[in-house]
Amino acid sequence: MAASVLGTDRADNYKETELCLGLPGAAGAKNEVETPNKSTGKRGFAETVDLKLHLQAKDGVMDLNENIKNITSNVKNHLPAVTIKDPAKPPAKAQVVGWPPVRSYRKNVMSQKNAGEEGDQKASTGGSSAAFVKVCMDGAPYLRKVDLKMYKSYQELSDALAKMFSSFTMGNYGAQGMIDFMNERKLMDLLNSSEYVPSYEDKDGDWMLVGDVPWEMFVNSCKRLRIMKGSEAIGLVSAPRAMEKCKSRT
Amino acid sequence: MLRKASSFPEEMLEHVLSFITSDKDRNAVSLVCKSWYEIERWCRKRIFVGNCYAVRPEMVIRRFPELRSVELKGKPHFADFDLVPDGWGGCVYPWIAALATAYPLLEEIKLKRMVVSDESLEVIAKSFKNFKVLVLSSCEGFSTDGLAAVAANCRNLRGLDLRESEVDDPSGQWLSRFPDSFTSLASLNISCLGAEVSFSALERLVGRCPDLKTLRLNHAVPLDKLANLLRGAPQLVELGTGAYSAELQPDVFSNLAGAFSGCKELRSLSGFWNVFPGYLPAVYPVCSGLTSLNLRDANIQGADLIKLVSQCRSLQRLWVLDYIEDIGLEALAACCKDLTELRVFPSDPYGAEPNVSLTERGLVSVSEGCPKLQSVLYFCRQMTNAALVTIAKNSPRMTCFRLCIIEPRAPDYQTLQPLDLGFGAIVENYKDLRRLSLSGLLTDRVFEYIGTYAKKLEMLSVAFAGDSDLGLHHVLSGCEKLCKLEIRDCPFGDNALLANAAKLETMRSLWMSSCSVSFRACKLLGQKMPRLNVEVIDERGPPDLRPENCPVEKLYIYRTIAGPRFDMPGFVWTMNGDSV
Repeated sequence: MAASVLGTDRADNYKETELCLGLPGAAGAKNEVETPNKSTGKRGFAETVDLKLHLQAKDGVMDLNENIKNITSNVKNHLPAVTIKDPAKPPAKAQVVGWPPVRSYRKNVMSQKNAGEEGDQKASTGGSSAAFVKVCMDGAPYLRKVDLKMYKSYQELSDALAKMFSSFTMGNYGAQGMIDFMNERKLMDLLNSSEYVPSYEDKDGDWMLVGDVPWEMFVNSCKRLRIMKGSEAIGLVSAPRAMEKCKSRT
Repeated sequence: MLRKASSFPEEMLEHVLSFITSDKDRNAVSLVCKSWYEIERWCRKRIFVGNCYAVRPEMVIRRFPELRSVELKGKPHFADFDLVPDGWGGCVYPWIAALATAYPLLEEIKLKRMVVSDESLEVIAKSFKNFKVLVLSSCEGFSTDGLAAVAANCRNLRGLDLRESEVDDPSGQWLSRFPDSFTSLASLNISCLGAEVSFSALERLVGRCPDLKTLRLNHAVPLDKLANLLRGAPQLVELGTGAYSAELQPDVFSNLAGAFSGCKELRSLSGFWNVFPGYLPAVYPVCSGLTSLNLRDANIQGADLIKLVSQCRSLQRLWVLDYIEDIGLEALAACCKDLTELRVFPSDPYGAEPNVSLTERGLVSVSEGCPKLQSVLYFCRQMTNAALVTIAKNSPRMTCFRLCIIEPRAPDYQTLQPLDLGFGAIVENYKDLRRLSLSGLLTDRVFEYIGTYAKKLEMLSVAFAGDSDLGLHHVLSGCEKLCKLEIRDCPFGDNALLANAAKLETMRSLWMSSCSVSFRACKLLGQKMPRLNVEVIDERGPPDLRPENCPVEKLYIYRTIAGPRFDMPGFVWTMNGDSV
């Protein structure tokens, strides 16, 4: 939804555009307010980013490059990729962090409970409940939390984690930082290195390497994440066993 | 002839003061003169610290040597909605360590939004011989190991309340650590625990504590066991059930109904996870006496829900999901004339389409039917100025009004206008309004109304609203009693903030995220105002690596006499004279 995607940017920029972003109350906006989704038929996210690049910042407070950086960093941190689908169908609602203001611990608790219910209870979950898991990194003094449902792929998760823990890796562990575990390196190289490897605890209480099972399965079974040194991760469940688990579930 | 304050016997003043318990009054007393300050501080028993970073524990201990009860709050309110990154702070351990040494006779600790480690709980368990009440509200960082220490060591515990906290790896065995000789429990709230607790330990505990008045179970306690618990504690005043479903069996049902009938003192009900509607009539015997009903976790819908609520004619507080719909709220308005507090939560907050028929009409009905309404939290998907004006005129006693229209920037759906006029009527009519949350499409105009009329407002929450700094300026310059202001995704920038810098010292805190406050302004504010901590929270990395005029991600400003804190994680910077 255009307005919430740009919600982290300033409202004054909207006035600069000639193009209608479908905001309620804006000149030329159609009466679309019966449906909550205001961007029906309007530009998807990628096009609005493009619009941004041609805007003058209102009072020159923000430098254009900063504008881009802010949007992309906000997007990466907060929003799943919104793809432009069939224009006749409203695009999937981009989720704004912390909105509506509902307690996150409740989101997790409600979704766990509702998972076991009959089909007629489906309405109450809406299919888009959150999946918050704790993330700890060896050597870091505190935990972080991520909502796995915010990401569509391991790559997105990897980027988010790298960003989250970059302040450690930069400061204490040198420029190498978090490994990109989706890259071409062989598993053994990773495990032998002193770089960091993400692992997760699944529903059975086993610790597995992240990336072993299909993304959806990972999201449904991951209880918590731990980013550990490659050398420590050698003892983890290796790929063949992960595939066994994968098969036994399907 | 005027008697000098110092010639008034101290003991008499102390005796008089013992009747003065409100913090505000106590603070006022301490400002009268030096001797009153001294007398007051020696006999103050309870303290409330609204921001754990506003003062250091040593300062509290130095001033108040005889405390018996300490209440602390940690993270800002928006932490509830994941806007405060994990690791920000609010760790209670330094406080606990200091309190343990200074107050061996401490009886109560109440914490909200703080990070509590098992170690902290162990220190509490072992340091205070007469410890009575532990409340951990929306806390995290501890496990059932810490709870086990409390259970095992606190011989005189009266209350253990874990409301809304996140407890790691909960295992039910900690309950068994209450010794058999332990009988003093009056209040137990474990509703937030995820895993099963040992039911036999729970049953024995409940059975041997004759003073138990409050029992809030977690969802893992099955329905068929509830009757046993109730028969063991017919004196209960507040009950939170566990899961409320089972196969409908006549003997289970009659057992349960009989158990409820035996609880003549029951005034408050909650829980009701996974409701099987066939069992709802089991609670009907107690409905007429209920003053508080919390169905926030209950998936009861339609006629079942309306029937239940309509039986509770003495209801003062109702928390419910939007399954109640407009039609249910009409029934509520007709039946529950003593209603003072209503909270309606969204059953499907992220759905693109409404899944229930709950609109502005429901709230209008309640405002018309319930003249004592004081506190409202209402999630809905549409609103009009006309409805807000009506609601404003109907409920003169309102002190807390929080409206959340789920779609950001949603206008009046009939006129397509901003909701400025509606909220304007709210603040103009609610003369005693202390707390307000805004939503919907709002311009600077609404803030002008707030600054003009909301003279008693203490807490304001704003999201996706306003056009310019003028909005923020109206609030900061107009709201005399403003204590907490939290803002997200609004086009407020440097000017209003810097122009009202002095105001910030009169408030507890200001939160701004995804706004337009530049790093330069933050530095300036930190330099100009030494008694504020200006915290820049930015997960993109150090702000001085970006241009000064770049807006910061998040900003948290609070007054403090403790100076900058030293427990900040890598993504928080405090601006002060020699900042960053």
